Amino acid sequence: MYRYDEFDHAFVAERVAQFSGQVARRVSGELSEDEFKPLRLMNGLYLQLHAYMLRVAIPYGTLASHQLRKLAHIARTYDHGYGHFTTRQNIQYNWPKLEDVPKILAELAEVEMHAIQTSGNCIRNITADPLAGVAADEVDDPRTYAEIIRQWSTLHPEFSFLPRKFKIAVTGAPSDRAVTRGHDIGLRMHRNADGEPGFEVMVGGGQGRTPILAKTLRDFLPVDQMLSYLEAILRVYNQLGRRDNIYKARLKIMVESLGVEALAELVEAEWAQIPDGTLDLPIEERQRIAAYFAPPSYVDLPDESSALDGAIAADASFAAWVESNVHEHKQPGYAIATISTKPHGGIPGDASAEQMEAIADLAEQYGFGEIRISHKQNLILPDIQKTDLFALWQALGILGMSAANAGRISDIIACPGLDYCNLANARSIPIAQRISERFSDLAREREIGDISLNISGCINACAHHHVANIGVLGVDKKGTEYYQVTLGGVSNENAAIGSIIGPAFDEWQIADAIETIVDVYLQQREVGEKFIQTYQRIGPQPFKEKLYASD
Amino acid sequence: MSIRTSRIPAENTAQAITANRLSDGSVIYLTAKDNWSERIEDCQSAPDPQAAKVLLHQAQRHAANGHVVGPYLFKIEHENGTPVALGRREIIRTRGPSVGTDLKRPI
Repeated sequence: MYRYDEFDHAFVAERVAQFSGQVARRVSGELSEDEFKPLRLMNGLYLQLHAYMLRVAIPYGTLASHQLRKLAHIARTYDHGYGHFTTRQNIQYNWPKLEDVPKILAELAEVEMHAIQTSGNCIRNITADPLAGVAADEVDDPRTYAEIIRQWSTLHPEFSFLPRKFKIAVTGAPSDRAVTRGHDIGLRMHRNADGEPGFEVMVGGGQGRTPILAKTLRDFLPVDQMLSYLEAILRVYNQLGRRDNIYKARLKIMVESLGVEALAELVEAEWAQIPDGTLDLPIEERQRIAAYFAPPSYVDLPDESSALDGAIAADASFAAWVESNVHEHKQPGYAIATISTKPHGGIPGDASAEQMEAIADLAEQYGFGEIRISHKQNLILPDIQKTDLFALWQALGILGMSAANAGRISDIIACPGLDYCNLANARSIPIAQRISERFSDLAREREIGDISLNISGCINACAHHHVANIGVLGVDKKGTEYYQVTLGGVSNENAAIGSIIGPAFDEWQIADAIETIVDVYLQQREVGEKFIQTYQRIGPQPFKEKLYASD
Repeated sequence: MSIRTSRIPAENTAQAITANRLSDGSVIYLTAKDNWSERIEDCQSAPDPQAAKVLLHQAQRHAANGHVVGPYLFKIEHENGTPVALGRREIIRTRGPSVGTDLKRPI
């Protein structure tokens, strides 16, 4: 885990003091809302439908147990007893009072957290593979680089007022669990022919009303030149990105209009202007940061666990959970456990203060006190001995968090939607609840297998519906909520944007429509085929025919 | 909570003023006593566009003086003499999130 140095502590404390003063001046009437709004947004404080919403950054989705306990404490003390984990590995509180926000920020600062750059036209929270450092297929831990980018981009004076928000994701593995092609910049680490680590640099990805997958700007960027190259990209974007039209201001629009080759030339020219050694970190500094992410003290264990095998054989429910929620660890005898925030009929991404505290305890009892937040809105315990998995699963059962559905149809990503969000056109959460209840039979979920279903309440696509196998987009048609379905989206290393299947469904038809889609898949699939493979083989027509048969 | 229907307001529908309270962001309504209430039942109704303009002006004065954020007009109708919001967004603002604020799975 990265620990703040003196500089980090000082600037976060300074921001808390500044914001306390700004809130006091707003409450006294010295600041108008027009003056205050940009200040509160710089500190992650939005005004939503019913209340303020505070978005707290969880850098690259990594939390220590004491930080999770603090998030629980904040939920209980200043909010309604829960928090909402988001697709950008952040946590949102839906009900803070304005006067409490400086206190919340001060409490966050105590555990080296803040809400800076979780809003506004700046470089947002850096996201990463939630299995960083533990995945068996990893080249190197991406968090070292995500942390370097975090430090470089935090309060960067040149990039605090970009044409639009800017999102960067980093992965150190060939399996893309960070949706890197869905970001303004995606970095994928790999090795060149000489075995040296570097990044494939992808640019111009984004979702929203114009979903575009990032294109490769450079196949291989040596890791030690990362910052200067990023600086060059940001400078070109800052100069040429459109500020006249909010819908055309993201980097993706610039990449589309310029072409990636022309952009590469501009970036290379800008890069050449940056003198060597002024931005890129010396190796000692990189190693110093990498040391924060050094592997914990694993015990030497055999990879097989007879206790685990016995428990799997004895308990079918546990076996199902292991099948879907346990991932291979790089260290023999260890496993990675996904804790689903999505019990059937639950609210995706929500966790109560009690649940957060209990998970912090479990992370200490069975792991090394570390927790990850995934873009799928689940929590992950990265270092569990295989022998302990059964006890962990039993403890999660008591918390109501042992749903065996990671990667399954009820593992739905859903944005807050019109129940909370000022931008939404339609509700997302009740639709997610209805669909997940429809698929509450465990045997049926296992039969359906790996699939992704994401629901966004507006075209801003916070729930990544464009890159879901089944995407659902809430729209408003003459005062009624309708749900448009896209099929064929993929968020991993084979990323693809889904296509609209046909006319939208109303809120009472959408669960049936999803069921019809699943039925077509089950009827048409060949042995061993996942949903997306069947869709790619047979195309949209069989789905269309069934969905709109009576039209 | 079912929000199955939300009618399209007619052109000359009555309007009222809503805003968010500065201190906690709560949904509030401008009352006939030139005050603010959390209950839509207390809202001052403007029967025509001219009256609505006067109400908005009044509300903007409150916003300029602080304690109220972003006042705007929205359409209402009267059911048995009680004002109710028209449009799904305003219905949800009136009632709160349709999924409730508490987790479905308390420990």
